[in-house]
Amino acid sequence: MIKFSKEQLKAPRFLRPVYLVTAGQSKFDRAMPDKRTEEICVDALTMAAELINVSPAELKSYIHSCYYGHFADHFGDQLLGEALIHDRLGLDPLGNVGVKTGGATGGSTLWEAAKAVASGYSDCVLAMGWERMDEVPTDEGNFLISCAADKDWESPLGHIYTGYYAVMAQRYWQIFGKAEDSFRRTLAEISVKHHGYARMNPWAQAPMKITVDDVLNSPVVAYPLRALDCCLMSVGAACAIICDEETAMKLSKNSPHKPLRIWVTAGSHSLRPADRLNMEIPLLPNETAEQYKDMEKRFPGADRYPGFTGFLGARMCAHYAYGMTGIKDPTEDLDVIELHDAFTISDVQSYEDIGIRPYGQGRTYVESGDCYHTNPKTGKPGKLPSNLSGGLIGCMHAVGATGIMQAFEVASHLWNRWAEFHGDEKRWKKFDRQKPADWTDLQVKGAKRGLAISHAGVGSHVTCTVLMDPDHVIKKDA
Amino acid sequence: MSRFADVYVKNNKYRINGDFHHMTPNLPIRDADNGMKLLGVTNPREMTYIHSYGGEAVFFESLSQGKLMATRCDSKNCDSKGVIYQPFRIHCPDCLGKNTIFDMTDIAKKTSKIYTFMVCERSGAFNILEKPIKFINIEFEGVPTILMSYMSLGEPKFGLKVVPIFKKQDPSYTIVDLSWVPAGTDKKDLPNGFSF
Ligand SMILES: [Zn+2]
Repeated sequence: MIKFSKEQLKAPRFLRPVYLVTAGQSKFDRAMPDKRTEEICVDALTMAAELINVSPAELKSYIHSCYYGHFADHFGDQLLGEALIHDRLGLDPLGNVGVKTGGATGGSTLWEAAKAVASGYSDCVLAMGWERMDEVPTDEGNFLISCAADKDWESPLGHIYTGYYAVMAQRYWQIFGKAEDSFRRTLAEISVKHHGYARMNPWAQAPMKITVDDVLNSPVVAYPLRALDCCLMSVGAACAIICDEETAMKLSKNSPHKPLRIWVTAGSHSLRPADRLNMEIPLLPNETAEQYKDMEKRFPGADRYPGFTGFLGARMCAHYAYGMTGIKDPTEDLDVIELHDAFTISDVQSYEDIGIRPYGQGRTYVESGDCYHTNPKTGKPGKLPSNLSGGLIGCMHAVGATGIMQAFEVASHLWNRWAEFHGDEKRWKKFDRQKPADWTDLQVKGAKRGLAISHAGVGSHVTCTVLMDPDHVIKKDA
Repeated sequence: MSRFADVYVKNNKYRINGDFHHMTPNLPIRDADNGMKLLGVTNPREMTYIHSYGGEAVFFESLSQGKLMATRCDSKNCDSKGVIYQPFRIHCPDCLGKNTIFDMTDIAKKTSKIYTFMVCERSGAFNILEKPIKFINIEFEGVPTILMSYMSLGEPKFGLKVVPIFKKQDPSYTIVDLSWVPAGTDKKDLPNGFSF
């Protein structure tokens, strides 16, 4: 049984308001034989400057310290790549630090950057993440990814991370999904949705117009997960500029959008699911102990928490974020979210971990149509659209950049600039991608608040980034 | 003629023999769509690492002797006193005291059940297990953790009773020396090198 002290559960606090001023990203692709990593980082930073109508040099003149997210040194075959990128961006001799927390690296980089501003150490910082997963073929890539499991106890078992992850999916599939065809189709629907939204995103690597049956007929990777249930391997970079209020206003003098308030929190859990100990479900503000009393009756086999079906790290970062920002019910309080859809099934698990749905009922978020931009059942706006970027399944998973890409996507809605960014013909041409004839504006109308979840490994690190229009914060003193 | 890298320890120092890396020449990467212009180079690299199991060494040695070792916190004042760890943990995660090592082979032979599993059609480079790999996670009576391993025979399902088998012949001294088969499996059906 795990117990937490009051001190450990306290809602985190920033010492002053922190703002996301601008963000940018490179094209995302499976391979970029014609680019060095520094070139895609320059692309991201240049774009961030463009969005607020300042020159890169002027933007840089505000930056005081830098936070670099790059997970896999062995993928890029370069240690201290942070120093290389930092120099190529012309930011020497400012202090910088590398951040690496697996799939959550992008989110953790924002976490570090936001804290640096919140503490007063810096008034303006750069958070930049990238990953280069094209320096080895896929089999060797799978080997390198498996090195993120315990190297003595797990990695020698097939050197395939999907296997260590999918045992959790199996448990969820049978206990909460009851191994029903209807649940399997719901999972497939997530892939259809994310590949479909990727079609509207010029940065996205895997736009596809597919059906539920296409997903169900794709090759099995680890039953019931199929190729189209899985996220991508990518090359790409994304960045964010984070400031205190005074600097945010100064930097935004020519910007068409206002800076957004940002909060980032983090949680963790064991690298090996094997070590997970049983505990009571830590409750979010919209839950009661009562609602989980008869879990085992409703879902025979739901005998442990988090067991192999919940991500404690995700629950904890949501607990901290909601306490910090005053969110009571994410579906009511938020307008748009980006979740870490490493697999369709882990997307469903996240709905429960962060309180969009109670444990065991994640599927209804998809089945109700709430997760869509436009609810296919009602034709009305979805209640809480998720992963309009295409997510990790349709857009990209350039590990170090992913959490920052998500923040950029959420911000583009809050800035009401989604269509401008994603519909721009010049951008489609520049990326050598065909803008579809049925391109659709996915701007969430009137969006004021959003959230992004960045997640590592089997839930070893999870971060929650909350963005709000400064005129629509929930807790005045947050 | 190269020879395998091998290592032993004397006076708590590594003594190394053989070749710890192999040289392969690099080659240019050229752009076939663009006049075969140079885009990059390959970087071949084969290297042997020297890895210590530290306080877990006894676990891996014991597999080759047909024993499954676990640990338990016996600290007097620890909230986790009596908790058994499989996977083996050198220190109690609660009090950080050194755990007691004990042989849980018997518990494993009598009480192991599949908690969850996954049949995996793919593997990564350097995989030595036969595909599809049947990953299983095993519950033991009185043990709060759930060990990850793989099944060598039969089809996994929740609650299936399994027993451990050990690669006592030509062990690799890695976690793959431990595998599982359904309870009641005949000795003669076990894979090569494995025994109960
Ligand atoms: Zn203890």
